[in-house]
Amino acid sequence: MTGPEPVPGDARPSLAVWKFASCDGCQLTLLDCEEELLALAGAVRIAHFTEMSRASIAGPYDVSLVEGSITTEEDARRIREVRESSRTLVTIGACATAGGIQGLRNFAASGEYARAVYAHPEYLASLDTSTPVEQHVHVDLALHGCPIDRGQLLEVVTALLAGRRPVLPGHSVCEQCKARGTVCLLVAGGTPCLGPVTRAGCGALCPAVDRGCFGCFGPADTANTEALARRLISDGLATDALVRLFRTFNAGAPAFEKEGRAHEPRHPAS
Amino acid sequence: MPRVAAVDPVRVGDSVTIGVSGLDGLVRELAARGYKTVGPTVRDGAVVPGPVSSVAQLPRGVHDEQAPGSYRLRHEGDDELFGWAVGPASYKGVLFPAEETLWRARRDGQDAGVDEVRDARRPLAIVGARPCELAALEVLDRVLLGGPVVDDRYAARREGAFVLVAECGKPAATCFCTSMGTGPAAAASASVSPSESRFDLAIAEIVDDEPGASDERPDAGAQVSRDVRVGPGHRFVVTVGSERGASLLEHVAHVEASAADRAARAGVLARAAAQMGRSLDTDGLAPLLARNIDSPRWQDVAQRCLSCGNCTMVCPTCFCTDVDDVTDLTGAVERRRHWASCFDLAHSFMHGGPVRSSAASRYRQWATHKLSTWHDQFGTSGCVGCGRCIAWCPVGIDITEEAAAIRASDVEAAGAGQTRGER
Ligand code: SF4
Ligand code: SF4
Ligand code: SF4
Ligand code: SF4
Repeated sequence: MTGPEPVPGDARPSLAVWKFASCDGCQLTLLDCEEELLALAGAVRIAHFTEMSRASIAGPYDVSLVEGSITTEEDARRIREVRESSRTLVTIGACATAGGIQGLRNFAASGEYARAVYAHPEYLASLDTSTPVEQHVHVDLALHGCPIDRGQLLEVVTALLAGRRPVLPGHSVCEQCKARGTVCLLVAGGTPCLGPVTRAGCGALCPAVDRGCFGCFGPADTANTEALARRLISDGLATDALVRLFRTFNAGAPAFEKEGRAHEPRHPAS
Repeated sequence: MPRVAAVDPVRVGDSVTIGVSGLDGLVRELAARGYKTVGPTVRDGAVVPGPVSSVAQLPRGVHDEQAPGSYRLRHEGDDELFGWAVGPASYKGVLFPAEETLWRARRDGQDAGVDEVRDARRPLAIVGARPCELAALEVLDRVLLGGPVVDDRYAARREGAFVLVAECGKPAATCFCTSMGTGPAAAASASVSPSESRFDLAIAEIVDDEPGASDERPDAGAQVSRDVRVGPGHRFVVTVGSERGASLLEHVAHVEASAADRAARAGVLARAAAQMGRSLDTDGLAPLLARNIDSPRWQDVAQRCLSCGNCTMVCPTCFCTDVDDVTDLTGAVERRRHWASCFDLAHSFMHGGPVRSSAASRYRQWATHKLSTWHDQFGTSGCVGCGRCIAWCPVGIDITEEAAAIRASDVEAAGAGQTRGER
């Protein structure tokens, strides 16, 4: 694999991968491109990618892939640096695009989760919120998913290299269920499913193995979460289960956040 | 006088009776003649098209309960093979796949090559399409073959396709083919391509032993497989639609349909028509919708509609596709075509953004295309009354109910002064 040392006359575009608050799963997707990895490493100069190599070369970078949400003052400073040194900034994954599962703290009282999890929360120096990258800097392209889809990642990189628009659907997961011939779990079984309001991209993986969609790719372009909630409630889904359904990896995505809040108990526990 | 198997040659227009093993023989003979045979099968709790090489793969004893946003199968252990109404997938998916690669190209230095991607040509036989599904294929024929631009991929799969229709005896609560003139009999609608037969064979299943029962079942002495259990009086009255259908019948035991058999078929079809779960008043419907494009009902349905696109995906006549060019890192390029939906923002994306950005405008596009502008475009309705969009809509939006609501609040009926010109 090509090393990160700058080679004089190397005309290949440079690629940097940055991590904020996240689990590394999305950047791991890049290493997961096993068959395409050599071609990828030949087509771009990987300038900064700590999951692959300790070596790092200074910017500016043609493309930066940003994983993770902003949860500390230091993150908030660093993301501006990344933005300044990147021609194209692509956020990858639910953390970077919607605040991730750690964004659940946004729905709790200040420090509540930290006190529940850590013996000495006083050692933590984090913000009260976990926010998506786009709330801090301009984002050129968002790649959704928890984790992102390998095929979509390659599509984005190859499209950027070819100078074309990447093909990324904004429609529902349902259309992918229908395309692969999965019989609808909601209609034929009454299984709660977020597919009708969730962005396609995974290829409708979960319904194909008999699990309702968890909403990993966040809200579709046209999500009508209210109408889906009405159906799920009429099927007998309890309100707390409904709130949990909208509050997973993309709890902070505006459409899911709004729907979750709409079904919160009116009187918070004392 | 006892009826004897296979005396006179079968002709187009004839009505003959066969047993279950006769049907089995037809399916096996089609496969033997090189057809790729598909038909109704049960998978994941639904009746969907699948490979069928004998009667044993058909949905025996399977019945359905359908309602807006709901579908359930019941397995009753009886012998009926066609005691269900259409499921989520139609034969559109067989002839016009949800996703396909059109061509691949590769650049090699100065050279570039383009290879068209074609699937192996093997004629298709659809065994057990419902009359509304036949009507849907004819609508697709008009759309994809009848205009100035012929879809040659669809044409290649459709050409020479053998169609055996299973007339309907058990419509679902979501069915309204009688309103659309597409069922429950196979010959219910006028042929859209009068020069050709609409189907090769049409069968009406009779499971009881009342009218037309006879001791000499045509299976007696049949030269066909006997591994399939035959219920008493379980038989099919076959209407012959084509020469090749007639020639196929010569391979199985059959008798001329008795007056009682014909009456039994008529009874099945009449009961089906009487049980139709829904209806759609088509009288003046196309202009009615056209002059009500500002109806407040579109806003009302927009509150309920998920814009999920399920209705367009399950509809057997929706033909919209999108084409993506995909590159890879080695310089190979591929053009792929996949189904698209007017519920997608990308579907109406023009410079600057989508034209149909509101949910109301998207639902209106769907309903008015199916029931109104399709007539302008293709000279027929885009709806065959199969009810799929009603059952498989996750929130149970019912196109017949929406159309009726718009009729009830028709601007023209409300006040002559408010009449809008047709678009
Ligand atoms: S299973 Fe879920 S994602 Fe699939 S079609 Fe049904 S509602 Fe949509
Ligand atoms: S509009 Fe609905 S009922 Fe009519 S053909 Fe399409 S899916 Fe069937
Ligand atoms: S209703 Fe929509 S998806 Fe169906 S054919 Fe018309 S525009 Fe296309
Ligand atoms: S009418 Fe139903 S199936 Fe169609 S887009 Fe709206 S919610 Fe989805």
